[in-house]
Amino acid sequence: MSPDTPHLDPIFGRLTLDAIPFHEPILVGTFAVVALLGLVAVGVVAYFNLWGYLWREWITSVDHKKIGIMYIILAIVMLVRGLADAVMMRLQQAMAFNGSDGYLPAHHYDQIFTAHGTIMIFFVATPLIVGVMNFVVPLQIGARDVAFPFLNNIGFWLTTMAAMLVNLSLFVGEFSQAGWVGEPPLSGAADLPGVGVDYYLWALQISGAATIVGGINLLATIMRMRAPGMTFMRMPIFCWTSLCVNALIVLSFPFLTISITLLTLDRLIGTHFFTLDAGGNPMAYVNLVWVWGHPEVYILILPALGVFSEFAATFCSKRLFGYNSMVFASVSICVIGFVVWVHHFFTMGSGANVNAFFGIATACVAIPTGVKVYNWLFTMYRGRIRFEVPMMWTISFMFVFLLGGLTGVLNSIPAADYVLHNGMMVVAHFHNVAIGAITFAMLGAIDYWWPKAFGFRLAPFWGKVAVWAWTIGFFVAWMPIYVAGFAGVTRRTRVFDEPSLQNLYIIAAIGTAIILVGVVAFLIQIYVSIMNRKALRDVTGDPWGGRTLEWSIASPAPDYNFAFTPIVHDVDAWADMKARGYKRPTEGFKAIHMPKNTGTGIIASILVFVWAFAVIWYMWWVAAVSFVLMLVVLIGHTFNYDRSFYIPEDVVTRAENERTRLLAQQG
Amino acid sequence: MTMASTAHTEVKGDVFHVTEEPHHEGHSTVIGFWIFLMQDMLLFCGLFAIFAWLGGHYAYGPAPLDDGTGKPLFHLAPVAVNTVIMLVSSFTCSLGMVETRKQNAAAALKFFGITALLGLAFLFMQYRETMSLAAVGATIQTSAFLSSFFVIIFTHCLHVIAALVWFVVLAVQINTRGLDDANERRVVCFAMFWNFLDITWVIVFVFVYLMGVLK
Repeated sequence: MSPDTPHLDPIFGRLTLDAIPFHEPILVGTFAVVALLGLVAVGVVAYFNLWGYLWREWITSVDHKKIGIMYIILAIVMLVRGLADAVMMRLQQAMAFNGSDGYLPAHHYDQIFTAHGTIMIFFVATPLIVGVMNFVVPLQIGARDVAFPFLNNIGFWLTTMAAMLVNLSLFVGEFSQAGWVGEPPLSGAADLPGVGVDYYLWALQISGAATIVGGINLLATIMRMRAPGMTFMRMPIFCWTSLCVNALIVLSFPFLTISITLLTLDRLIGTHFFTLDAGGNPMAYVNLVWVWGHPEVYILILPALGVFSEFAATFCSKRLFGYNSMVFASVSICVIGFVVWVHHFFTMGSGANVNAFFGIATACVAIPTGVKVYNWLFTMYRGRIRFEVPMMWTISFMFVFLLGGLTGVLNSIPAADYVLHNGMMVVAHFHNVAIGAITFAMLGAIDYWWPKAFGFRLAPFWGKVAVWAWTIGFFVAWMPIYVAGFAGVTRRTRVFDEPSLQNLYIIAAIGTAIILVGVVAFLIQIYVSIMNRKALRDVTGDPWGGRTLEWSIASPAPDYNFAFTPIVHDVDAWADMKARGYKRPTEGFKAIHMPKNTGTGIIASILVFVWAFAVIWYMWWVAAVSFVLMLVVLIGHTFNYDRSFYIPEDVVTRAENERTRLLAQQG
Repeated sequence: MTMASTAHTEVKGDVFHVTEEPHHEGHSTVIGFWIFLMQDMLLFCGLFAIFAWLGGHYAYGPAPLDDGTGKPLFHLAPVAVNTVIMLVSSFTCSLGMVETRKQNAAAALKFFGITALLGLAFLFMQYRETMSLAAVGATIQTSAFLSSFFVIIFTHCLHVIAALVWFVVLAVQINTRGLDDANERRVVCFAMFWNFLDITWVIVFVFVYLMGVLK
């Protein structure tokens, strides 16, 4: 469909009442629940009159810690949505045997598997890692904020608006049915002319831009804002993996931008990049999108590996084994990650030599990854291991991730891939790695850094339930899928002809239910801990016997992070300080220079949201108006030179004196 | 604007915190902008890669040396003029930078003004070329070759337009506040951006036009 499609309403574009899916009871029910929850949330905010507080302390905040927390809240909300999709798919596939059509029509089912992948990658995993990096990295390098605090704020709001666009597609129009990377020709205008693919493309475009902005920001932060004495080879491993990740973001996301921009042009103005006529070639999209797509996998996995390195050192109460090899392994994964993208389409027929190169390169990733696994094991060896919840995630991760890594090596062989391509084996492999590494790491990270964010620990019991439920649930849910994959079942299948497979899918659905128990346990853990927050209070600021700088300050971390910028002498700076009898300064505090809050980020992001919605529905006048307004807001922002303020000396002194008093109480 | 990080200052002995902290406003702006330009360059790299792949897919339509009537589609003379315009604008932009360093706001604005005018001339030439191509039926919708050609040209033009808007905003800001630290940083970034546009154009000229004609 092109903009000059007949019957285009001058005001509403192609938006009509038919776009609202009244005929789908599942969607109407979902809408009712979402609307109800939204009303409850608004009611709570209105009842306690929190509007001003939310606006001042959170929405306009440029504090990296608060932005990090907001990213994680966004991720958890979207996780619930993505999981609902997963449960629906599992139910459908467990039911659709022996002539049954299941309960999901094809149009709906195809949207669900696309939405599940898109949401889990872009709006769960990405905000989780960006949130954790945002919160932790400045604290670990002894900085008071990131290099560009305003960009940090606008990056978060753009990501949120992109997520809202995906959610809106549920109730107004439809979502893409072309899978999470949206490969043409299926995603082209000839096959899917509706708004679904456009929703997908613009949501990705916005969240991709936000991710690039965030990547530049953290890269500059790590390069320029480390505390005195913290040379690169004294950075905590999590900061190293963050450095690699943000380099990967800056190097790979431009290719996502290009792929989806060109696809958008194909759909919108009728160019011929990826069409089947006039010289276009869909394979060009496949190549280009995976030049981004494979590094994206490492963008998500590397912070997870960094997080586990922190856990291993802290909870074994010793320095991480093989720090240097860990650094080199992280950088190697980062570099090799750029020369493996063809393994996503060995069957495209690039020729034996090309496939061999990319197959071998892919297998090579296992070497630095193996180095990391051995380093964690040797850190545990003769360590004094404390089985706190984050450490339990680490141990569970090592079993699950090892299996996922090995099946990855299996997939890297082009000859094997010809059999396994587009099958359930591949699906099982990447869920194995994504759940085992990214999800486990981020759930552990929330547990680990929670006290630094809120000043109290999470009660361990429900956390341990979550570890066990996720671990057992993972194996029950995905081992049958491996079996199905080896039996040759293709992915994204809605209805099955072969009745013998049904047992596998029923077992997988049971596994999903066990994982669901894990998610609920995690939410209960947060609820129970908030209720008992007084008893769980973290007074020392160092609840785990930590080794890095974030544990040297109060919990929750004060707005200015460090009253005095620390000086670093060693890897594990805080462990070194403790060992050498560091005495915390109790007087002589000074006023601290900090960035000011700004409302530009959210206002501009809302205008971007309106603009994207208008473009999706061809409401050109709305698009023009919102675009001009967005420019006015952003350019107006550059005329504001008054962007920083001082936290007065007495405020710092009062906060630090309170900490002195609490520490003295502890004895 | 020094590139050295404070992280490399070595402190001996049991000293664990800094007592005097000079605050460097905008200490990361330039490196941040460098990283931005790097990723922008990668964006163009991707477009060039697409052109390398699809640039020969004429689909029985216009080709660089044959617009359908036997005459060449690409006329190198105006493009060469455009390249010269771009190079000269880069030179005037650098002169503006020199004046900026001397804190000479009026002269700096004059040179940046000339740069912007050259940018406008460049856009005008691009407009004429696009119209003349459209006259022989060569538009962005015609074939994969022309899609990948025009997307590079238009992306570059969009960058030039953005730079012109930036120049207008910057001129107002320098007029009201003079060349203070914040504005000088902005001028540095603007100059980097303009030189980046120039370099990109040279690559377009060689890679798209010259090699297109040679194909």
